[in-house]
Order: sequence, then structure tokens, then C-alpha cells
Amino acid sequence: MTTVTTRTAPAPTAATRRRRRRNALVGWSFVLPNLLGFAALTLVPVAGTFVVAFTDWDSYSSPKWIGLANFRRMRHDDNFWTALQNTCWYAAGHIPLTLAASLGLAVLLNQKLRGVGILRTAFFFPYVTSLVAVAIVWNMLLSPDIGPVNQLLRHLGWSHPPGWTTSTDWSLPALILTSVWRDMGYYMVLFLAGLQTVPAELYEAARMDGAGPWARFWHVTMPGLRPTTFFVTVMLTISSFKVFDLVQVMTEGGPGRSTLVLSQLIFREGITHGRFGYSSAVSLALFVIVLAVTLAQFQIQRRSER
Amino acid sequence: MNTTAPGRERPRTTPAPAPPAAATVSRRRTAHAAGRALLYLFLVLLAVAILLPFVWMAISSVKADRDVFTVPIQWVPKSYRWRNFTDIWKQIPLATYLGNSLLLSAVITFLQVLTGSFAAYGFAKMRFPGRDALFLGYIATIAVPWQAYMVPQYIIMDKLGLVNTRWSLILIQAFGAFGVFLMRQFYLTIPDEISEAARLDGLSEYGIWARIILPLSKPALASLALLTFVNTWNDYMGPFIYLTDNDLWTVQIGLRSFIGQYDAQYAMIMAGSVISVVPILVIFLLGQRYFVRGIATTGIKG
Repeated sequence: MTTVTTRTAPAPTAATRRRRRRNALVGWSFVLPNLLGFAALTLVPVAGTFVVAFTDWDSYSSPKWIGLANFRRMRHDDNFWTALQNTCWYAAGHIPLTLAASLGLAVLLNQKLRGVGILRTAFFFPYVTSLVAVAIVWNMLLSPDIGPVNQLLRHLGWSHPPGWTTSTDWSLPALILTSVWRDMGYYMVLFLAGLQTVPAELYEAARMDGAGPWARFWHVTMPGLRPTTFFVTVMLTISSFKVFDLVQVMTEGGPGRSTLVLSQLIFREGITHGRFGYSSAVSLALFVIVLAVTLAQFQIQRRSER
Repeated sequence: MNTTAPGRERPRTTPAPAPPAAATVSRRRTAHAAGRALLYLFLVLLAVAILLPFVWMAISSVKADRDVFTVPIQWVPKSYRWRNFTDIWKQIPLATYLGNSLLLSAVITFLQVLTGSFAAYGFAKMRFPGRDALFLGYIATIAVPWQAYMVPQYIIMDKLGLVNTRWSLILIQAFGAFGVFLMRQFYLTIPDEISEAARLDGLSEYGIWARIILPLSKPALASLALLTFVNTWNDYMGPFIYLTDNDLWTVQIGLRSFIGQYDAQYAMIMAGSVISVVPILVIFLLGQRYFVRGIATTGIKG
């Protein structure tokens, strides 16, 4: 990063030029081992999606350029619209709930309380555990007739509690519930890191001005956390749109198609059925949606900063 | 919400409320203490509620199947069936699954840390044309959902004949952008004067990386290693797509298929879940602060 060696020379001599070239080579040599693997297995596939999406290509045939035909097919594909809708609903539930839960936890746990470390660990733990185990346990907990959750709800006076993962209306909320429970600890850590950057003097000053806890939260914490909140929202958006593991293990997209999400459709079309072309078209759609939502978030962020 | 030592006064420049009388101050302090006690109680209860699924999992794993779902729930089992933990090894090749998970996680973690920290040195401490554009490419793919390029990646693996081998998973996860990003963030905080001094002492760039930067970045290396290990151990989709042979399966895939086959053996399913979580629990508790630091590092933009 420093230019100590070169900055002193006003015009590059042959020697410095040689040294610079050698430095560049050494620099590249550091990056190269990772870059080769990364290029072959990430960059090329990313670019590949943009090409394969415009071809008719099955696992048994050779690729044939067909222009926008895959996208026309997508427009008439019920599965695509269902998956898109479900993905959006999932995001609409998962993003605000996780945001609120993780922010709330972080603010409450950002205090000098005895054993606060243990509490943080407890909230963080679900994120670390294997998703499969977690999904299995939640499936059992949410079991409609005998599951502990519905036992509790009945006890609280809800005589016909939801059918959760066995009901087409409640399967998506069940997934959202589980995912919020699992993810909030992770984003809590990000918020806790963000809270460290809010200057303590601001709290002191607000206190002097007679601001209560709520006023301090709205006028000091929230503005101070703006970069973190933005970052977390973007991360949550990306992770919501690519949700797969949880859905695959808990509901496999069912019952019916009530929890079919875009990444499952991509998986089914592309890998189960070997329809590479169409699957890549759906991938491209997912990519464009995530990009559009993220760019929109950047726009809103920039406008609100002005 | 910040707690500062009471009684610290500071000259006021802005109009402030009238100074409170002594009685109100002490009343406010009692209210404050009561508020904190309530908050404390609330947080403890919430933490218990959050961890309850794990408690239920652990308790269910030593019950008989018929006792797992009873109304009301038996928080203390009527009888303990420790056999669940021995029988499951006979019903499914759990040792093979655990071995596969361990092998994949270890190899991928090693490669990710090695190539990631090496590349990060190039990005953080060296200057070469195209560096910043290239790094942007790395960052951008972190934001691209894997699903968006999973199929072309699969086709490449298929053409290379690596589908249904461990190589497929090792290759797609060992050269991740994440490791490069995390390590670069950390290297940027190491002052350049240190490497400059080493350079003057005649150390090559590779020597600086190996003998100065790596030892200095132990906490960051630990963070990356732990995050990668846990992610690989817990990964479901990768092995689900690439591994079809039962003897290559990881514990996640094995466990998921076990439910498919024996969905009424609740207690044993819970025993399997416990076994799949325990290694992660141990690693997590040992390296907790590195986890948190790693996550926090990636959340701070640089």
C-alpha cells in the first residue's frame, strides 16, 4: 500500500521501473493460487449463467442458442411465479423480523451486565449449530397435534393452533419463525460491533440534555448504527433470496408448492432434471432481482444521507 | 442505554431541565435498579426460551420413542434410554459420515486459510495494476447468490468428472472470496512500517508473509478457520448436490436421509442430531471469541 520506495523519485528511472514491474509480478504471484481456483469455479460459472440462460441445453444434448425462449417459457411457468411469490413473502417476513430482533438484542446486550457474555453466547448459539439438526428439531416441535409448541398454544387458549409445516397457509410462517430464531444471533454480533463505533460522549451529551432511554435510542443509537443497519439489511436481503437449506430440510417446498422458493426451482430444473438452459434463466432472474433490490437499497441509503 | 458512572457532572451549554432535587434522584436510582433487574430477568428468560429447542432435543434423545411426544411434555424422562446413542451407529454408518464431514471440513479449512491469507497479502500489502478491480470482483461475487451460478458450476464439475467425488466440494469451497476478504480486512490494520522494516532487513515478500504477517494474524486466521470449519461441517446443499454415494455422505446428508427412512424413530433421530451438533458445540465454546471477532470484522466495511 505504501509508496515510500517510489514516491521520492520525481521521474521513474529505469531501475525503479524494473523494480515496479518486479513488485507487480510478486503481487500477482500472491493472488494467483487463489485467483486460479476462484476464476475457474466462481467467475467462469457466474459468466456461464449469462450464456447458458440463452441456450437450449439438457444434460443429454449439446447447447443450442435460442435467444429469449427460456424467458418466455418462464413467463408462463406457474412454478416460477409461485416460487418468486414465496421467496418474496419469505423475504418480507425474514428481513424485518430478523432486523428488529437482532437490533433489539444487541442494544439490550450492549450493557455492562453480569454474565452478559453468557447471554450473548446463548443467543448466538443457534446460528452455529447444524441447520439440519435445527430443522429436524423445529419440525418436531411444530408438529401440529402432539408438538410442544401447539401444546403450549392450546394451553394458552388457542383451541385450534396452526398446522405449521403441514398446512399450506402456515408453512411459510413456520420457516420464517425458524430462520429468525436461527439468524438473529449472527446479526446481533454485527450490531454489537456497530454499537462499539457510536461515541460514548454522544450518550453522555444526550443524557445531559435530559434524553431518556427511548430518546437516546432514536437520536443517538439509530443514527450511529446507520452504516451497520444498512449493511445488515443488504446481507439479510441477499440471504433471504437465496434461502434453500432450511426449506429443503424442513418442507422440501411443500405442502403442495406452498414453500417452493426460487433456489429450489433452480436446483430442481438444473440438477434434478438436467435442464441447464431453463434453470440458468431462472438463476439469471434471481440474480437480477437480488441486484435490483440491493441497488434500490443503495439508492435509498444515499438519498437519506443527504 | 449506556451506563456511565453516576455523579459525573459537566458544564452545560444548552438549556437543560432544572437540576433534580435529591429525593427525585434517589427515587430515580431505585427505579433504575428495578428496571435493570427486570431487564436482566427478561434477558435470562429469553435466552432460556431460545435454547429450549436444544434442551428438548437433548432430553428427547434419551427417551423411548413413545415418550418423545407426550401430553404434557416430560421435561424429566420417565426412564433413560442411553441405548439410542449406541444403536444409531448400527442403523446408519454414522462413523463414516462423521469421518467424511471431518475430512472435508479440515481440508477445505486448511486450503481456504492458506490460499486466502496468501492472496489477501497481495491485495492488502502489494501494489500491482488491476489489483483494485480484481478485488472488487471478489467482493461482488460474495453478493451473488450461489444459486445463481450453481448450475454452470455443476456442469464444469461434471465435465471434469468430479461429480460424486470429494474433490468437487473441496474445489468449490477452498478458493472462496470470503477468506480473502476477511484476511485482507485484518491485514489492512497491520501497519506498513512493520513489513517495511523487514524489507530493509532483506526479507522477501514471501518471507514477510510467512514470518511476520502470519504470526501477527493468528487471531484472524483462527477466526477464518473456525468460521470455515463450522460452515463446511454444517453445509447441506453442497454435499446434497454433489455427493450421491452413501459412503461419501456427510453427517448432515446422512441425518436427513435417516429421517426419510425411519421417521417414527424420534428418539434416535434426536440422538443423531445431538451427535451432529456436539463437535460444533465443543469447537464453538473453545473458539467463541474468534467467531465473534471474525463476524464483526466482516461487518465493518473497509
